[in-house]
Amino acid sequence: MDIYGWLQLAAFIGLLLFLTKPMGLYLLRVLDGEGRTFLDPVLKPVELLFYRIFRVDRKQEQDWKQYTISLLMFSLIGLLFTYLILRLQHLLPLNPQGLGPLSPDLAFNTAASFTTNTNWQSYGGESTLSYFSQMVGLAFHNFVSAAVGIAIAAALVRGIARHTAKTIGHFWVDLVRVNLYLLFPICLIYALFLVSQGMIQNFKAYETAKVVEPYTVQVVKKDTTGQEMKDAQGKAVMEEHKIDTQTIAQGPMASQVAIKMLGTNGGGFVNANAAHPYENPTPLSNFIQMLSIFLIPSGLTYYLGRMVKNRRHGWAIWGAMAVLFLAGVLICWSAESAGNPHLTALGIDRAGGNMEGKEVRFGIFNSALFATVTTDASCGAVNAMHDSFTPLGGLVPLTNIQLGEVVFGGVGAGLYGMLVFVILTVFLAGLMVGRTPEYLGNKIEAYDVKVSVLAVLVLCFSILGFAAWSAVRPWGLAGLNNMGPHGLSELLYAYSSAVGNNGSAFAGLNANTPWLNTTLGIAMLCGRFLFIVPVLALAGNLARKKLVPESAGSFPVSGLTFIVLLVGTVVIVGALTFFPALAMGPVVEHFIMTGSGKLF
Amino acid sequence: MIKSIINELRISFIATVCLAVLLCGIYPALVWAVAQGLFHSQANGSLVSVKGQVIGSSLLAQRFAGPRYFHPRPSAAGDGYDAANSGGSNLGPTSQKLIAVVKERAIAYRTENNLAPGVVIPVDAVTASASGLDPHVSVPNAFLQARRVAEARGLNEEAVRRSIAAHTEGRDLGILGEPRVNILMLNLDLDGKG
Repeated sequence: MDIYGWLQLAAFIGLLLFLTKPMGLYLLRVLDGEGRTFLDPVLKPVELLFYRIFRVDRKQEQDWKQYTISLLMFSLIGLLFTYLILRLQHLLPLNPQGLGPLSPDLAFNTAASFTTNTNWQSYGGESTLSYFSQMVGLAFHNFVSAAVGIAIAAALVRGIARHTAKTIGHFWVDLVRVNLYLLFPICLIYALFLVSQGMIQNFKAYETAKVVEPYTVQVVKKDTTGQEMKDAQGKAVMEEHKIDTQTIAQGPMASQVAIKMLGTNGGGFVNANAAHPYENPTPLSNFIQMLSIFLIPSGLTYYLGRMVKNRRHGWAIWGAMAVLFLAGVLICWSAESAGNPHLTALGIDRAGGNMEGKEVRFGIFNSALFATVTTDASCGAVNAMHDSFTPLGGLVPLTNIQLGEVVFGGVGAGLYGMLVFVILTVFLAGLMVGRTPEYLGNKIEAYDVKVSVLAVLVLCFSILGFAAWSAVRPWGLAGLNNMGPHGLSELLYAYSSAVGNNGSAFAGLNANTPWLNTTLGIAMLCGRFLFIVPVLALAGNLARKKLVPESAGSFPVSGLTFIVLLVGTVVIVGALTFFPALAMGPVVEHFIMTGSGKLF
Repeated sequence: MIKSIINELRISFIATVCLAVLLCGIYPALVWAVAQGLFHSQANGSLVSVKGQVIGSSLLAQRFAGPRYFHPRPSAAGDGYDAANSGGSNLGPTSQKLIAVVKERAIAYRTENNLAPGVVIPVDAVTASASGLDPHVSVPNAFLQARRVAEARGLNEEAVRRSIAAHTEGRDLGILGEPRVNILMLNLDLDGKG
């Protein structure tokens, strides 16, 4: 844990704090149907044109049920849209490598993954997907699933801010405005910055380079029918292959990576995601990518504070998030710096930390910071392989996901997830003092608490249920890359990531099998939509409530007490739910690694 | 209710098409056009050519195994350094396979560079990178290889060390990331092609 790490951490938090208010102010304009932005001269005509083509009345707001129906139908069409593109990839344009169609289960998994803002990678990127599939099939959802998340957060905030109201906003207006005024312009500039750092943006076929030092490899000999040849003892027959070229994947990467990070999607253009030198060429591109994950979620806390006319409340939530964020970074960083004692025993430098599955240009600190940021938010991009982290280093991203990704969180999803915890916190505080809980002028009643708890329970049940099921079935165990407690961590991580709509992985797990593809796809849909519906119901119910004026007995939702209670609620719910499972995975692996020579 | 669902499906369909035209057509094309103009080399993969022949990318590792060349980090991408199939080993810290392969690499590294028993091996030299295409090694790793390369080429070791220093990149903006040495560019330089 050297001085440069501390400096980078300070720079990261400082810049994030600095950008929160401007981002929040801009969000206030974007998320108000009548709001004006400096881009109006160019984009207002496009916005109005969209409404005309859709034939929707932008002034007619929706109640929570209409809002939910619009959102669900739009997601359904998007899911089918991407499924079809992936299945018909071989017939569509921009496929210079002639890649074939995806299998039904892989296409379903990938379509569900992108519709739900998860971006789990069962697909291999450069080895599976054509440029068209990436640019249209996937990047479409990178934009709209992010916009949908922000729209839901805005709807919930409106529900909290409004009193005796029926409506919570207009889904189509929110969708169009977020895409047009927020995501599109930022991505345009951001993508160009990424290219300047070395990211590719082209439509060429893969490049073939003549390598400097040709070499030979042993490969299994195949007969004329393509069957692997075996000798009399049943051993594979090997032959020498001279290799003098390197095939280098290309494609329109920068335009997709910009929205992948800004929209906290995280699906890699290539298999190695943001660890690939094209997808994350420099420490500077790495720093900006991390910042762009948190940019909108952080701005949304300021948006909340302004909308409910209690700025200190917005900052208190920001503070609670920052506390949980810092705890994660410091634990992960120190665990990865400590390295792997089994390697030290082989005469390998301990001070270098655990570099398996990490890139030299990022080093230990930036790998730990990226892992924490990407799982605090529901991004799921990775610049290092989480599967190869030390047990405690890997515990941090896993726990972050299981807490519900409420630490800044996914765009929109982080805020509405955290607000569910805020309702629970206010309720618990009310229980402790024996008063009917209030939240910003809303009386919190049985219905509100029930839907909040329902939302939280959906996540726990889906994660633990699916993980437990897969851990005792042959189809689950068949995919494992590591044995022992680490194997359980792989499965636990997979379903946590799917349900939490994160998308990062303990990527050794070979998830591209029909069973895993299908169950993970269903887990993602559960985690997204079974959470969203209770949240929108909560929004609708809060909106219709009468204003209860604040009194001396109201529990203040800002200040240190509130932050401590909120952090406590998040941690306790997470710990009580997941600790037993974590104890059998990363925790026991840590003690085995440090306390014995046992390997698996 | 049914009527409203059908209407929402209609809007969803149209919205999908309209947004796709803007976000999946116009947007990437705009980025492409500007990027190809402003950052032509980067947008096309930072390719390195020698006498008109593309020999690799300055951002991607390729295999070097002979004593005349500096060696990149081990790679788990495809069969090794496969730039169309990136990825790491994904082996966990208590994996038998991982410890066995690291042990093998450590012995090989010690032997080929003729290291004294007390010298600790830089961890990046014996661990696979995340992408399998990490173009860099740590600075100590490069310096430990200098003597071998100098001997194989019949060069003065001091000259090789100077080449390493010339190809060492510092932290971005003075604080971001780690100091590192680009192996392909260093090897090309030694071949007199840089």
